[in-house]
Amino acid sequence: MSGDHQTLALLLFSAFVAVTLGITTWVSRDRHGSAEEFYTGGRLFSPMENGFAIAGDYMSAASFLGISGLIALFGYDGMLYSVGFLVAWLVVLLLVAELVRNCGRFTLADVVATRMRERPVRIAAGTSSVAVSVLYLVAQMVGAGSLVSLLLGGTSEAARAWTVIGVGALMVVYVTLGGMRATTWIQIVKAVLLMAGTVALTVLVLLRFHGDFNALLTTAAERSGHGQGFLSPGLAYGGGWTARFDFISLGLALVLGTAGLPHILSRFYTVPTARAARRSVVWSIGLIGSFYLMTIVLGLGAAAVVGTDEVRASSAAGNTAVPLLALDLGGGAGSTGGTVLFAVVAAIAFATILAVVAGITLASSASVAHDLYASLKKPRPEFPAGSPADFPATLDTEARGEVAVARFAAAGIGAVAIALGLLARDLNVAFLVGLAFAVAASANLPVLLYSLFWRNFTTRGAVWSVYGGLVPAVLLVVFSPVVSGSPEALFPGVDFHVFPLQNPGLVSIPLGFLAGWIGTVLGRERADEAKHAESEVRSLTGAGAV
Amino acid sequence: MEKQEGRGAATVRTDDPWYDAPASGWGELDGTGTPTTPVASAPAPMPATATATVHAGGGAGGAGTAEEHGLGAADIYLEVQRSAAFQEVRRRYRRFVFPAALAFLIWYLAYVVAATTAPGLMARPVAGAVNVAMVAGLGQFLSTFLLTWAYSRHARLHRDRDALDLRWSVFDLTRSRELGTAREYGTVRESGTAARAGERRR
Repeated sequence: MSGDHQTLALLLFSAFVAVTLGITTWVSRDRHGSAEEFYTGGRLFSPMENGFAIAGDYMSAASFLGISGLIALFGYDGMLYSVGFLVAWLVVLLLVAELVRNCGRFTLADVVATRMRERPVRIAAGTSSVAVSVLYLVAQMVGAGSLVSLLLGGTSEAARAWTVIGVGALMVVYVTLGGMRATTWIQIVKAVLLMAGTVALTVLVLLRFHGDFNALLTTAAERSGHGQGFLSPGLAYGGGWTARFDFISLGLALVLGTAGLPHILSRFYTVPTARAARRSVVWSIGLIGSFYLMTIVLGLGAAAVVGTDEVRASSAAGNTAVPLLALDLGGGAGSTGGTVLFAVVAAIAFATILAVVAGITLASSASVAHDLYASLKKPRPEFPAGSPADFPATLDTEARGEVAVARFAAAGIGAVAIALGLLARDLNVAFLVGLAFAVAASANLPVLLYSLFWRNFTTRGAVWSVYGGLVPAVLLVVFSPVVSGSPEALFPGVDFHVFPLQNPGLVSIPLGFLAGWIGTVLGRERADEAKHAESEVRSLTGAGAV
Repeated sequence: MEKQEGRGAATVRTDDPWYDAPASGWGELDGTGTPTTPVASAPAPMPATATATVHAGGGAGGAGTAEEHGLGAADIYLEVQRSAAFQEVRRRYRRFVFPAALAFLIWYLAYVVAATTAPGLMARPVAGAVNVAMVAGLGQFLSTFLLTWAYSRHARLHRDRDALDLRWSVFDLTRSRELGTAREYGTVRESGTAARAGERRR
């Protein structure tokens, strides 16, 4: 890529950073430093704003560059990802969003702790939330590093390292200074940019084929070198039975994991009511659905316009398909149009990574401060003896202390993510994302659904279902071909893999549900009827919601 | 979808206290982008009859002690949970959500499994270059959009109002507790009936 692209892309990206930093300062000018403010932005966002922010949180660079790249390389099999990522939102809409908004306060653990003994469930749910967040975060950081080398041609190790460090430092600034309010606005700006860029490219692709979708399909199939096979399943996952089970496992993790992602759950607290939470999910389903429909057009367009072989030559994983397509649609390399479009795509991709990373950092710092720190430090105070008038003051001081911890936690998590991002820079990003989804689906979703819908669920069941999903998911990955025993593995030299699949979801998700059930029926403890009544009434009516 | 939302917001705007419940004046934008007017009087949506019942019950018992306060909060939720009005809200929610969730999960899994086990069937052409697999994939998108629309419509028409009435019942019961007045059994049941009467009025 020529120097023009780089300069322009860097300028546009700097503009994005400047604008978002301006917003961060602006929205945090009259903050009170309360926990409500830091974790939820005061719960004052409208459904539309929150819908855009959710979409911004969800549409990571893996979606934008990764999925269209996969479609350009493998045709129909890449499309299966878009479907899974979108259908997952029905789980969120139907079973999770409203109830979580009514029942919880800041984190996943809040929902469970409504009806369980606080300490054990907070520690369990906090641990798994942090684990999911860090995995997802590392995936994004690694993505940022490889993106810079792909897009700006600065393939040097130093350039990648500095990108990871720069992205990490920026996100810590956003989160510690601006909290949820700034993070949300960054997501909104990014979502608008991303949608605008995608719409523009899609229109250009369709114009190139004079609006004839069939012509687009046939040209894509022709230029892919696979003929009609390009448009039907089997190109990527048609191998042995292991590959097929692996794909089903991934499909399951994608569709069930979304509802357990901590940074998505924390988004429902930024709106005032459950109805607003539902409407924000409706907004985000509209945005995400149309976005994924457009990525299909972009992927097929890249195959048809650029050609599958050229895409593969530029990046084996297909990550540069969309930038290459932009270059071509704008008039080819060296032309002004091509330069501008390429730079825009590159800048949007950076903005995407930065925004997603900030969202996850905030959610994980909430888990550290609100769940882990608050539980490990001391048991939560009961109503203190003495006059009730003193009570709010005690709470307030405690909440302020917690926000300070959350700020430190954000910085700490940023440092950990930078370090891991540098260490893991050669890992496959898609695998890390799939793994984060699998852990979220195995450890977070069972405990969430059981607490919301199962009358007899107990504290022991809750703790078992979290660890019963988390531990198998992580162990299965350690003993999978991803870590050892294959040329692309983390440790290619040794072989201790016993589990054949790359994605643990197919086994670990049922285990999470099973462990919760066993823990509940084996324990002698009876479910607290009154607390269950409280959580059920609260979740469905919004009574007593904050 | 937006139009749908806009219409929904328009029909409930005048008397909809969702926009005013715990903290007021957030100037929420509705689907069409027009600012919603916050409702000024918070307790207004509590049906008059229900409020009267609660207050009538309030006179009977006398001042409660601190212990009763602690017990009372749990009792209120238990009582509301057992009330017919709440059971109805829960039934409506579950009757829609459980079958719908099961249906789309089966439909999605069938789609994924078919793609991996029956590629031949999926490759069968339908029209031009479009084959069964393409149609099924686009069908997933379409069914997601349709179900989203159906669910938000169902919740808006069949659940929101009753849930809100119940929320006010709980709020009122808690308030009368805190004011040191006692409460009689059956209050919620009555106020629940009143809430549904309110819905019928609507």
